[in-house]
Amino acid sequence: MKPPAVEVERLFFSYEGRTVLEDVSFQVENGDFLAIIGPNGGGKSTLLRLMMGILKPDRGEIRLFGKPPQEADVVIGYVPQETGHNLDFPITVLDVVLMGALHRRNFWRRYDKKLRQKALDALEKVQMASMAHRRISDLSGGQRQRVLIARALCSDPQILMLDEPTASIDFNGQREIFSLLEKFNDEMTIIVVSHDMSMVMGYAKHALYVNKRAIMHTIDPHTRYQIKQQLSNRKGHYCGAEFWQDMGKKIECTTECRHA
Amino acid sequence: MLEALQMPFFQHALIAGVLIAIAIGLIGPLTMANKMTFMSGGIAHATYGGVGAAIFFGFSILAGAAAAALMAAAIISFISYRYAHRADTAIGIVWAVGMAIGVVLSDMTPGYNVDLMSFLFGSILAVGSEDLWLMALFDLLAVFAVWYLYYDFMALSFDPIFAKLQGIKTQLLHLLLLALVAMTVVLAMRLVGLIMVIALLTMPSFSSEQYARSLGGMMIFSIILSILYIISGLFLAYTYDLSSGASVILVAAFGTITLFLIKKIKKVFK
Repeated sequence: MKPPAVEVERLFFSYEGRTVLEDVSFQVENGDFLAIIGPNGGGKSTLLRLMMGILKPDRGEIRLFGKPPQEADVVIGYVPQETGHNLDFPITVLDVVLMGALHRRNFWRRYDKKLRQKALDALEKVQMASMAHRRISDLSGGQRQRVLIARALCSDPQILMLDEPTASIDFNGQREIFSLLEKFNDEMTIIVVSHDMSMVMGYAKHALYVNKRAIMHTIDPHTRYQIKQQLSNRKGHYCGAEFWQDMGKKIECTTECRHA
Repeated sequence: MLEALQMPFFQHALIAGVLIAIAIGLIGPLTMANKMTFMSGGIAHATYGGVGAAIFFGFSILAGAAAAALMAAAIISFISYRYAHRADTAIGIVWAVGMAIGVVLSDMTPGYNVDLMSFLFGSILAVGSEDLWLMALFDLLAVFAVWYLYYDFMALSFDPIFAKLQGIKTQLLHLLLLALVAMTVVLAMRLVGLIMVIALLTMPSFSSEQYARSLGGMMIFSIILSILYIISGLFLAYTYDLSSGASVILVAAFGTITLFLIKKIKKVFK
C-alpha cells in the first residue's frame, strides 16, 4: 500500500519567540481532499508552508509519501493567495502558467514546444485558454486565481496545495473554483486553506481545524452532498447564518470540536 | 551644438552613454520589479567608500569602486535574506557608512584636488577610451546573463516563493542581480555619477512598465528611453556647461512625467 500523502507527527513551530503550532499530528491519505480551517493567525498558512518544505519545523516530523519534504521527489503544486500584489509587473498569462514548468526547461533554460502545449492544456482545464496572451493585470481576481491554479497543474503535481484561493472572490467564483478542485481530486491529493466554511463542507472530505493545535474532522459524504445541493441552489450567496443552521441540523460534532 | 560631435571627449561621452543605457535598460526593470531601488541606492553610495580608499591608498579608482560596490551588494543581499524585517535599516547603514568612509579618506589625502563632485554627479569630460572597452565588455556580459537567465529572473520578479519551490536558486539570483547593479553603478559613475545613476535605473523602467506587455519588451523600451535621456542630457550639459548626470536626470524626469501623463490621459478618453 502507498504511504499517506502527508504525515505530520508531533510538530512544533515558533516564529520570533511566539508559538505558532504546538504538538500537531495528522495524516492525509493519498487522494484526500483536505480543508485547513481555523481563525486568522491560527497557523493555517504556516502549516501549509511547513508541508511544502519552505519552513522547517522546530521539532517533529513531516513526511510526504514517506519522506521528508526536502528529500521527497514529490511534486507539489502550490497556489498562493491571489493578493494582486505584483500586478504592475508586465507578464502574460501563458508566461505565468509556464512558471510551473521552470524545472523542466531545456539546456538553454528555455521552454520547448511540448511545455508550451502543456501550459495551454492546463489553461484549458481551468477554462482560461482564450486568455493565454493577455497581460495578467487585465484579468479579474477570480480569473487570476484560476491562472495560478493552472500554473500549479502545469507541474503535474501529486499534491495540490492552495492558500485561501477564494479569499477575494464572489460566491459564484468560489463555487466554480471548488468544483474545479473537486474534479482535479480524481487525479491528485488536494489540501486547501480556506475561510469559507460552506465551501469546505460542500466539497472537502476532511477538515483540519488549526488554532495552534490541530483537530481533524471527517465530513461524511451525505453531509457533503446536502451542503453542495444548498450551494448549487443559491444564485447569490449562501450566508453564514443559514449555513450554521444547516450545520446544526445535519452535522454531528465530535466532543473535541465542541470544546475547541 | 553640432561642433560638439567633433570633440573626442564628447564622442567618448556619447558612446559611453549608449553603452551605459544598454546596461541600465536591462538591469533597471529587474531592480524595480524586485523592489531593489533602495538597495541600489545603498550600493551606489557605498561605492564612494571605494573611491575614497583608492584615492587614499593610491590605486585605481575604478578597481576601488568596483570592489566596494560588489562588497556592498554582497552585504545587502545577505542582510535582506537573513534579516528581512530590518533590511531597510541595515541598508541605510551601509549607505551612509560607505559614503562616510569615502569622505573621510579623501579628506585625509594630502593635496588631492580632483573634483570629487564629478564622481557623484557625473562629468562629460571624465570618460576615457579604456572605460569604453570596459563598458562594452560589461554590456556583453549583462546581455548574456539576462538572456540566459531570462525566465529565472522573470520568475524571481513575479513570484519568488513559487520560483524557489520550482528549484530556482532565488538567493543566488538575488545576489547576482545586485552584483550586476553594482557593476552598472561603477561603470556609470564617471558619466552619470553615483547618486544620479539610481534615478536612471528607475525612471525608464517605471515608464516602460506602463507600456510594455512583457519583461523583454520592458527592457527594450527602457534601453531606448535611457539612450534618449542620456544623449539629450549630454547635449544639455555640453551646451550650458552643467554636470552631465544632473542634466540627464532632469531630462529623464521630464520624459517620465510626460509618458505618465500620456498614459493617464489615454485611460480617461478610452
